This record gives sequence, structure tokens and C-alpha cells, in this order.
Amino acid sequence: MLCQNCQKNEATTHIKRIINGETTQSHLCSDCAKSLGYDSAFSDFGFNFSDMLSSFFNDATATMLGGHTLRCEKCGSTFNDIVRSGKIGCADCYRTFYDKLMPSLERIHGRTVHEGKIPNGTEQLKTENEISKLQNELDEAVAAQNYEKAAQLRDRIKELESEGKVNE
Amino acid sequence: MSKWYLGEGDHNDIVISTRIRLARNIADYPFPVRLDNKSKIEINEKIRDALKDKEKLNYTELKTLTRAEVVSLAERHIISPEFASNSDGRALLMSENEDISIMLCEEDHIRLQVMKSGLSLNEAYELANRIDEEINEKLEYAFDENLGYLTQCPTNLGTGMRASVMLHLPALTQKGQMGTLATTVSKLGLTLRGAYGEGGLAMGDLYQLSNQVSLGISEKAAVDNLKTITLQLAAQERTAREEMAKNIVTEDAVFRAYGILKSARILSTKEFMNLISKVRFGAVTGMIKTDLKVINELMVSMQPATINAFVGRTLSADERNVERAKIVREKI
Ligand SMILES: [Zn+2]
Ligand SMILES: [Zn+2]
Repeated sequence: MLCQNCQKNEATTHIKRIINGETTQSHLCSDCAKSLGYDSAFSDFGFNFSDMLSSFFNDATATMLGGHTLRCEKCGSTFNDIVRSGKIGCADCYRTFYDKLMPSLERIHGRTVHEGKIPNGTEQLKTENEISKLQNELDEAVAAQNYEKAAQLRDRIKELESEGKVNE
Repeated sequence: MSKWYLGEGDHNDIVISTRIRLARNIADYPFPVRLDNKSKIEINEKIRDALKDKEKLNYTELKTLTRAEVVSLAERHIISPEFASNSDGRALLMSENEDISIMLCEEDHIRLQVMKSGLSLNEAYELANRIDEEINEKLEYAFDENLGYLTQCPTNLGTGMRASVMLHLPALTQKGQMGTLATTVSKLGLTLRGAYGEGGLAMGDLYQLSNQVSLGISEKAAVDNLKTITLQLAAQERTAREEMAKNIVTEDAVFRAYGILKSARILSTKEFMNLISKVRFGAVTGMIKTDLKVINELMVSMQPATINAFVGRTLSADERNVERAKIVREKI
């Protein structure tokens, strides 16, 4: 049987899905199955992250990647632990294994940059970062004798500083 | 005090309830998978204390509850089946009328849930958001500027939010449209699945519609999207209902179902859910004069362990079916 999607390769993946009582059958080649996301379970709560990670990394590569040195300093998880359990060990794991996790995060959410609410205190931190960035630009502008730009930057910094005070 | 589902709410001919869930973790502690029971309890108590002066919530360590009580909470969707499956190191914060529940040390340190009757996404979100901020005033959250709120399972990264509505869709189900609708909404970033029952079966024609992703989409955008699609589904269901209600066969089925519920001596969960769905259809289309509140309450409280909890002891399946029929006869 040929793959229903590309009509080229032999269908090797046969997917039977029951959605709200209706059974649908798909016959796909392994490439199309992957690109259509069938190996990454579509549902939200019933999602098996472990299966998904395992589809990216077989045991050998996971051991190779995480086995020898790379271990989360905070909780001790190796990447292999994460692949096997489908569970991230701690907040630091995301930093430690960021690059390795990124493809699956992209696959799950489609996007990889947070939008929306941020916790208390984070806004202030952001403002502080912004101010120090502007301060650098200001120094550069002054050094380059670009006084018009420098004045603009100075105003913006003042603005941000006063906003910060209002929040306190 | 009356439970949340006894209220009415907007669009309650179709939308039974609204639920907002937020996943949060406390900074500087590993996620639950890497915690021993002692640390879990320490975290649970910290969260309890953070809310002590802010919200009126009862704190219960899960292991102090009977099995039937725990399963009943899951059947009423107050806790997740996952949470119910293991009591070690887990605790629950819950409001008197059960509209607020916080699972402590489930998959994440905090799984905050707010339920409202009818379509009430904004109100539910505002309440969840308030509690979230109250906790955050006392405790720092695990957060990353790119990945948002950090969660044990990467599927919840970002806002950590799942917004969902429980829909009663007997007419669209009858017309065989649910499969197509599920596919359509999945392209719009939502998931549609049976609220009760396994393997794709939707007992009582009850469905859960929820947002699929949480990273890269703000709370407001996710809630607005869910609301828009809900209203569209509701409009389609109403059209289908109108058409169906004119049919004497439908009317016959409604009254037969009503007759059985009023007189049966034995009712299995499955039969009951099937019949009550028809009666609810009859009630909202005006064929039967009966209180929607009673029907809604029955729909979410006649699952096996909830009946056990109601009776106060574990019944056999046969005893339970007799007890279910008795409760239904009295209430309907
Ligand atoms: Zn193909
Ligand atoms: Zn870690």
C-alpha cells in the first residue's frame, strides 16, 4: 500500500485513531507520519512526552549525549533520565538541556518564546535590564558626540526609572 | 453551601462548566519527580501558608482521605485521575463550594484550578489569576523569560494555563459531526474530547474543549480563542437541536428516557448518562419542565465512586446501580 499523504513511499505506519467515537485509519510512510506529527500524540493531557523524546533520541544517543558528563547540577538528572521518564527534573534542567529539548518544544507548541503573564518582580528586573542597556547606548552616543540621541536616551532612562519607583 | 455546578451561568443550555488550570512551580526546589515525600510536604505547607490570610481554603493531606473520597473528587473533576492515583506527599487546598481547588505536588508543585458554571472564562481566569498573585507575593516561581513558567512536563511551558469548557452536544453527536469538529478545532489550536468515558467514547454527549498549547500564546489570546470557538460550536448545536426537536422520533426518545429515569430500579453509569443526555436535551428545548440545575448536578455526581462517597461505603457494582436508580428517582 502506498502512503496516503505523499503517494510515493510504501506505507509503514498505520494509525488508528478514535476521536469521539469515530474511527479513522491512516496509512503513511514513516517520513510523513513524523512530519504530520502522528508520533507526537495530539491530545493535551494524555500527551506522552517520553514517547516523543524517545522518537528523537534512541537510547544510545541519549546515553552518549547525557551519559558521561552532562548532568543537571541542581537535581542530578541526566538527559537519559528525562527521556526515560518524560519528566524534567527541575528548572535548571531546562537550562542544562536547552538545546536538546528545543526541537521537541518547537514540535509541541509551534512557538518557543513565552507570551503573557510574568511573575512578580520579573517586570522590575526587565526594567533594570532595559535601563542598563540604554545606559550603555547613552555612553556610546556621548562618546560619538551624538548629543541629540543622547538626550533622547536620557529622557527614556528617566521615564523608566520613575516607572520603577511608582511600582515600588 | 451550594456547589459551583448548582449555579446557572451564561449559555448554560450548552456549556455546563468552565475550568481554568494553572501549573506553577516554586523556584529553588526540584520538580515533584525529583522530590522525596518530606520535601513535598514542606512545599505543600509553604503554599498553604502563603494563602492562609488571603483565601478560605481547606487543607487536606490526600492520604487522610478514603479511597472512595479520593476517586469521587476525580470523578467530579476537582482533582485529576493522576493525582488520585497516588496519595504520597500530596495535598489538596479546596474552597467550601469546590470552585477553587489546588492540587499540591501533582505533576507540578501547584496545579491551581477554578471552576464556574456556564460559560464564564473571564471570571474564572480572574479568580485564578488573583490566587496566583497571592501565592507569588510570598513565594518565588520557577520562570524563564523565553520559556515562561517552568513545568515538569514541557507541554505546559509558557503560561502554564489550560482553559476548558464542558459542552453538552447531543444534537451534533447525533448527526455524527463530532469527528469532523474535533479535526477542525485541532487546527485552531484547541482539543475536543469526551469528558467522561475512555477510548473516544463521550458518555452523556459531554465534551471537553480546551486550548492545546501554552507557549507563545498569551492567557488572553488563548481564552479569547476558546471563547470564540465555544460560541461557534454552541450556535451549530442550537441549529441542530432546533431541527431535531421538531422530529416526533426525538420527542419520543426524550420522553422514554424521562420515563425510565423516573421509574427504573437499576441504572448503570453508561445507561444513566445516555438517558440523562436525552432528558437534558428535552429540558433545554422546552419539551420537559424540569430543573436544569438538578440535571447538571446529576450528570456530574452519578459516577461510581461519587455514589460510594454519597452512601458512605464501598458498594458492589450491582448495589451501586440500584442506589443510582434510587437517587435519580428522588431527584428528577
Ligand atoms: Zn509519505
Ligand atoms: Zn535539574
